[in-house]
Amino acid sequence: MSVLRLTTATLAKDFRLEWRSKDALNSMLFFALLVVVIFSFSFDPNAEESRRIAGGLIWVAFLFSSVVALNQTWAREVRNQVLDAYRISPAPSNALFLAKVIGNFLFVALIELLTTPLFIAFYKLRAVGPAWQLFPVAALGTWALVVNGTFFAAVSIRTRSREIMLPLLLFPISIPAIIAMVSATTAILTAEYSARFWVVLLLTYDVIFTVACLLLFETVLNAE
Amino acid sequence: MAAPAHTIITFNNVVKQFGRFIALRGVSLDLSAGKLYAILGENGAGKTTLLRVLAGLAQPTRGTVSMLGTSDLRTVTREIGYMAHPSMLYDELSARENLHYFAALYGISKEDRCASLIQTVGLDPALSRPVGQYSQGMRQRLSLARALIHDPKILLLDEPFSNVDVRSAREIASLLGQLRDSGKTLLVITHQSDLLAEVANDQVWMERGRIVTPEERE
Amino acid sequence: MKRIFPILAVLTGAFLSYALYLALLVAPTEQTMGDVQRIFYYHVPSAWTAFLLFAINFVASVVYLVRRNPAVDAIAVTSAEVGVVFCTIVLITGPLWARPVWGIWWTWDIRLTSTLVLWLMYVAYLILRRFSTGGQTPVIAATVAVFAALDVPLVYFSIRLFRTQHPQPVIGGGGSIDPRMLHVLLMNWYAFLCLAALMFWSRYRLEILQQQLDEAEGLESLEMRSPR
Repeated sequence: MSVLRLTTATLAKDFRLEWRSKDALNSMLFFALLVVVIFSFSFDPNAEESRRIAGGLIWVAFLFSSVVALNQTWAREVRNQVLDAYRISPAPSNALFLAKVIGNFLFVALIELLTTPLFIAFYKLRAVGPAWQLFPVAALGTWALVVNGTFFAAVSIRTRSREIMLPLLLFPISIPAIIAMVSATTAILTAEYSARFWVVLLLTYDVIFTVACLLLFETVLNAE
Repeated sequence: MAAPAHTIITFNNVVKQFGRFIALRGVSLDLSAGKLYAILGENGAGKTTLLRVLAGLAQPTRGTVSMLGTSDLRTVTREIGYMAHPSMLYDELSARENLHYFAALYGISKEDRCASLIQTVGLDPALSRPVGQYSQGMRQRLSLARALIHDPKILLLDEPFSNVDVRSAREIASLLGQLRDSGKTLLVITHQSDLLAEVANDQVWMERGRIVTPEERE
Repeated sequence: MKRIFPILAVLTGAFLSYALYLALLVAPTEQTMGDVQRIFYYHVPSAWTAFLLFAINFVASVVYLVRRNPAVDAIAVTSAEVGVVFCTIVLITGPLWARPVWGIWWTWDIRLTSTLVLWLMYVAYLILRRFSTGGQTPVIAATVAVFAALDVPLVYFSIRLFRTQHPQPVIGGGGSIDPRMLHVLLMNWYAFLCLAALMFWSRYRLEILQQQLDEAEGLESLEMRSPR
C-alpha cells in the first residue's frame, strides 16, 4: 500500500476515533481558553505594548496547549499494544508518523483558530503590518511544534514519566523555532522590523526536522 | 512411509537478553510446516519471548532464527499472524472498522473479506458496538480475525484462551484445528493444554529459557 | 588503568595549577574590566571543551545508529555527561563575570545563550537516558542526540538575529586578543582538555565495566545447567 493511501486511511481512522470520544478535543479547548484568560489577568498592557508582547504570549499559550494534545498522540496505540501489530505488518512506518503529525497539526490549528479571537478581544489587538501574513507564520510555527512533538511523544512511550518527558525533550529543541515564530508574529503586529528572515528560519527548521523525523521514526518504533 | 516433514522455522542457539535478565538461553528448535504446536511451560519460561523473536518484535542477542528459508525475518513478515493477550485493537471502533483498518495495513481493501472473517471467528459483522465493550472471549476472537486478515502461513498465538469463557475457548480451539488442516503452521502458547489436546500435533516444553524434552521434565 | 590513573591525575592537577597561576598572576590585566576579566581564562576554555565533547557525542550517536556497537554508546553517554559538566562551568562563570562588570547577572549574549540552550538539550538527553526503560535506551538516546546536534546551527542563527534586535553586552569581547593573553588562554584550554580526558576515561571505563558485568551475568546463567 502506498504511503499516501495508508496515511489517509490512518488519518480517517484517527478522525473517527476522535469524533467518537470528543472529550479530548473539548478538554483541550477548555485548557487553551483557561491559559488565555490567566495570561490576560497576569499581563495587562495598554494597546501599544500589547502588540509587542502578544506574539510571545500567544505562542506560549499554544505551546502549552499543544503539549497537552501531543501527550495523547499515541495513547490509544499504546493501550492495547497496537504498535506491535503495526510493526509486524509491511506497512511503512512513515505513513503512520505522517498521519499522526497531520492529525496533531489539524487538532492544534483548530485550537489556535478558536482561541485567537479571544486573545484579540482581551488584548484589543490590531495588526499594524499585513495581518494575512500571520496565517503562514502560524502554519509553519505549528508544524515545527507538532512534527517534533509527535516524534518525541513516540520516544516518550518508552520511558517512565511519559507526560513530563515530552516537554523536557521538545522545549529545548524548539527554542529556535519559538524565537522565530514569536519574532515573526511581533514583526507583523508591530511592523517595526521585517518578518522575512524569521519566516525563512522557520521554514528551514521545518524542513530539517521533518526530514530528520521521517528518517529516524522507524528506528524509534522498532527500538526494543 | 510418511513424507519427511518440511521444516519451516529454525531456531539456532538463540539467546535473548534483556539487561540482566536472560529470557532465552540458547534455544535450538526445528518446527515443521502444517502442524499445530502447543508451547507449554511455567510463567517466565521464555515462551512469550520465543514468539516475539519469531514475530520480529525482539531481536536475538545471539544466534539466528530462520523462517521460510530466510534469516531476514522482515522479508517474510507478511506470512506471520500474531495474537497476544493485549488485543491490538482500537476499543472505540467496531469490529468491522477495526478489521478494515488492519486490512489496509496489508494493502487489502476487500470489504467482504473482513465481514466473512468476522463470521468465521463466530462474531456478528453487523455489530456496531465498540470493541471495548466486548467480553474477553469476543475480543480474543476478533484479535484472531485481525491476525488472519492477510492469510498468513504462520500463526503465533500467545495465550489465546486466557480469561476466555469455556465455550468460546473450545470454539477457538476447534477453529485453530481447522486452520491447521488448511495448511497453516500454528504455535500456540497456553497453560490449558487440555484445550489443545485434540488438535495439537506436538508439544514444546520450556523451562527457564530452554527447551526441555519430556525426559528432562520428569 | 589502576596504576597509571593516579599519575595522570597528579600531572593534570599540576598542569591546572600552573594554568591557574598563569591566569591569575602572569596574564596582563585587562584595561577596561580589570582583574575580574581573568575569569575569561576559565569561561572560554570550558566552552570550547564542552562544544568538543558534544561534537564527540554527535559522532558517536550517528555511528551507534549505524553500527549498534555498545562501546560506541559508552562514548556517547560519557561525552554527554562530561560535556554537561563543562557546560555548567560556562553558565556559572558567565554570570560571575557579568555581574561585577556590567551589574547584571545575565545577558542574552549569543555565546552564553547558545550555551544555555545546549545545556538544556543535553540535560534533557541525560534525563531521557535515566528514565528510559529497557535495552532500547542507547537507540532512542542516539536519535535525540542527532536532533540536538541538528538544532545547534539553528540555535546559533536564531539567537544571533534575536540579539541584533535586542543588543546586549557581549561577554568575551570581540576582536583581537593580546598575544600574551592568547598564550594563557591556550594553556588553560590544554589543561582543561587534560582534565576532560581524565574524566572521560574514568567514566568510559565505568560504563564499559557495567556493560561487561551485564554480559558476564548473562553468560554465567547460560552455563548453568538446570538441576536434573
